[in-house]
Amino acid sequence: MNERRAFLKGAIVFFPAGGILSALAREAAGAESAGGPPGPAPAGQPNGKKAYNPADHLYGMGIEIDKCIGCNRCAVACKAENDVPDVPFYFRTWVERYTIARDAEVLVENISLGSRKETAQDVREVLRTFFVPKLCNHCANPPCVQVCPVKATFTTADGAVIVDDKRCIGCRYCIQACPYGARYLHPKTKTADKCTFCYHRVVKGLQPACVEVCPTQARVFGDLKSKASRLVRFTRMNKIHVLKPQLNTEPKVYYAQLDGEVR
Amino acid sequence: MKVPEQVRRLALLIAILAGVTLLARFVLIPRALVSTDLHWAEAVQREVAKPVKFAGAVACQDCHEDVVVKKAKGFHKGVTCETCHGPAAKHTEEPGAVTPPAPRDRRFCPACHTYDPSRPTGFPQINPTAHNPLKPCISCHNAHDPVPPRVPRECAACHAQIERTKAVSSHALIACTTCHKAPERHKSAPRAALPSKPETREFCGTCHSAGTAAKDAPKEAPKVDLSTHGGRSLCWECHYPHLPEGRT
Ligand code: HEC
Ligand code: HEC
Ligand code: HEC
Ligand code: HEC
Ligand code: HEC
Ligand code: HEC
Ligand code: HEC
Ligand code: HEC
Repeated sequence: MNERRAFLKGAIVFFPAGGILSALAREAAGAESAGGPPGPAPAGQPNGKKAYNPADHLYGMGIEIDKCIGCNRCAVACKAENDVPDVPFYFRTWVERYTIARDAEVLVENISLGSRKETAQDVREVLRTFFVPKLCNHCANPPCVQVCPVKATFTTADGAVIVDDKRCIGCRYCIQACPYGARYLHPKTKTADKCTFCYHRVVKGLQPACVEVCPTQARVFGDLKSKASRLVRFTRMNKIHVLKPQLNTEPKVYYAQLDGEVR
Repeated sequence: MKVPEQVRRLALLIAILAGVTLLARFVLIPRALVSTDLHWAEAVQREVAKPVKFAGAVACQDCHEDVVVKKAKGFHKGVTCETCHGPAAKHTEEPGAVTPPAPRDRRFCPACHTYDPSRPTGFPQINPTAHNPLKPCISCHNAHDPVPPRVPRECAACHAQIERTKAVSSHALIACTTCHKAPERHKSAPRAALPSKPETREFCGTCHSAGTAAKDAPKEAPKVDLSTHGGRSLCWECHYPHLPEGRT
């Protein structure tokens, strides 16, 4: 009997304390958002430009295979812009060389790794060969977001899939779940890292670094919600394919002249 | 059936505990602690706050108009400045303190121009081991306006072989008229008015002498001691002037 009373007494003291805590936390967090999908707070800009509203945009990328010369500038620039470790195996974007032999064997090399194996092409009779730049597809239906046990990865209102590195516990589920191999575990922070479409650049009206440095304009970045964007025109003018359409991930990276052999 | 008093009390207690738990979870614990929206909004803000390193294609215009104008007309018009010079946002803010490097090394250009079967056909490609080896690409091609170096057409019309030879030699950038004074009439009546040819060792010395004679010469020209090098022979008894070979 006494114990029960002690417990209830404790609870009575505890709950008001909870209320106070709650009030403090609420103050610290500021006014709560309306609960819509996240995006940068629409802050007024000093130069008189209209404030950035993420809900007005939906970003995507177009890639024209016939223009890619495999110079790897995109992968290099991406590493510089985003502090990706400057050692092989860590990439937010990379370039693959596809070599399709006459006997229909398909050879795929990641040329961003640096080692060029010329021999592989000499051996068999080559039917066709070309480069395929790859990056996170910023899927509208992203498997990585679905598997994250702590909701550390999410889609912004303007369509970029990004990682909350403070919430990420480094469990690597998302890395396993991504059908495109677009994620890696950052060796320093031990959290999942991936392409953000250079979110910090695009909200300022700049192009992603990889698009910026592409010498042949093989990469096209743009806003799917704007009728007059280069990307919308690109998707209208070309026959578009996405990678692994059968997985129903609904990628927002659109390939033109994509060969049927590309996975 | 009569429910025993203990069971009823226990049920009441469980109900109260459940109620309190739900109250705590949904009312007392602040949304800031459970809501992913707020965490995500913070993550987005952190993302937005990251520094920009590539200033962008138009950022160089104000200060380097000459280069921008030149490049806009050439084959490299689609290649942005920072593709070659690297991220330069810091430089645009403090041009005096940070200058981006210029890729003068011969190993740089082949990243895009090495022959590679996977490259789209029609893209200009060379074999770097055979295409004018050892010389920096920029000694023949201007990086901001890269056209194949042009040699005066006129001489080429009739001396095509010499011109082709010279174009791939270390004398590629030296005009024919630097070494031959050609009268205008030579082009219409070539045999009647022959151009001059260098006659002395000192002529080559104007660029290659180790002494003061070559002080106005291009500094890439390797220097030799004219008084000992090659004895008393004329230079072109050993070096073909249109394709001089020195380094072995
Ligand atoms: C605010 C004016 C300004 C802007 C904008 C600017 N520069 Fe410069 N840049 C300078 C000045 C001044 C120098 C000469 C600095 C020196 O010699 O110390 C210079 C020098 C350079 C050099 C010469 C380095 C060398 O080896 O001689 C390069 C390359 C260069 N800038 C590239 C760029 C690029 C690329 C951009 C655009 C992203 C850019 N600059 C934007 C002012 C500017
Ligand atoms: C294809 C690669 C390439 C691109 C593109 C390029 N540069 Fe350069 N740039 C070079 C190289 C190589 C040099 C060194 C030239 C030399 O020393 O003769 C250089 C030299 C310079 C210099 C210093 C010497 C000079 O000629 O004034 C400046 C300034 C410069 N670049 C600015 C720019 C700007 C601005 C752009 C964009 C409009 C640009 N560059 C685009 C390769 C490039
Ligand atoms: C990032 C890739 C890239 C780099 C690096 C680069 N180029 Fe280019 N280059 C191009 C592109 C793109 C073209 C235009 C091709 C076209 O018009 O189809 C071009 C064209 C040329 C051409 C004209 C070829 C013709 O059709 O006659 C020459 C010459 C050339 N580059 C020389 C150079 C030199 C020298 C350098 C090093 C300073 C260099 N390039 C570095 C991408 C590059
Ligand atoms: C000694 C002078 C010289 C040097 C050094 C030189 N080139 Fe050339 N380059 C030429 C001449 C002359 C031509 C045009 C004739 C030809 O195609 O060989 C040319 C043509 C080219 C072309 C056009 C080829 C095509 O098919 O349209 C490219 C690209 C090129 N050079 C790139 C380079 C690169 C990259 C380097 C450095 C690795 C370089 N060049 C070094 C003289 C030079
Ligand atoms: C209309 C065609 C033509 C043109 C244009 C031309 N040449 Fe000649 N050149 C000739 C002929 C023909 C000879 C005589 C060859 C012979 O006698 O074997 C000659 C001879 C020469 C000689 C050798 C003279 C000698 O004493 O052996 C030189 C040097 C020369 N030309 C330089 C030039 C230069 C430099 C140019 C450009 C300014 C030029 N030529 C333009 C046709 C031409
Ligand atoms: C570095 C100086 C130099 C340059 C540049 C040069 N020449 Fe000569 N050239 C000579 C010398 C020296 C001789 C004499 C060689 C001999 O007598 O064996 C000569 C000889 C000739 C001859 C006659 C003998 C022969 O080798 O056929 C012709 C024709 C000629 N040059 C044409 C040209 C043309 C055309 C050009 C430009 C494409 C040119 N030269 C550029 C130095 C030069
Ligand atoms: C206008 C100046 C000039 C004159 C005149 C000149 N040269 Fe040169 N020469 C050069 C330059 C510049 C180079 C080196 C180019 C480079 O390596 O970038 C060179 C290179 C050479 C080389 C070295 C070639 C190599 O690949 O190592 C020899 C040998 C040579 N010259 C011989 C001669 C002879 C012989 C004459 C006289 C007929 C002569 N030069 C006249 C400017 C000149
Ligand atoms: C008897 C033959 C002979 C004669 C004559 C001769 N050279 Fe050479 N030269 C050579 C040889 C062999 C080499 C390469 C080995 C060396 O470096 O000594 C050379 C190398 C050179 C080099 C390249 C040096 C370097 O550091 O790359 C230059 C420049 C040169 N000679 C200029 C001249 C000039 C100018 C004359 C006329 C005054 C001349 N040569 C006369 C045989 C000769």
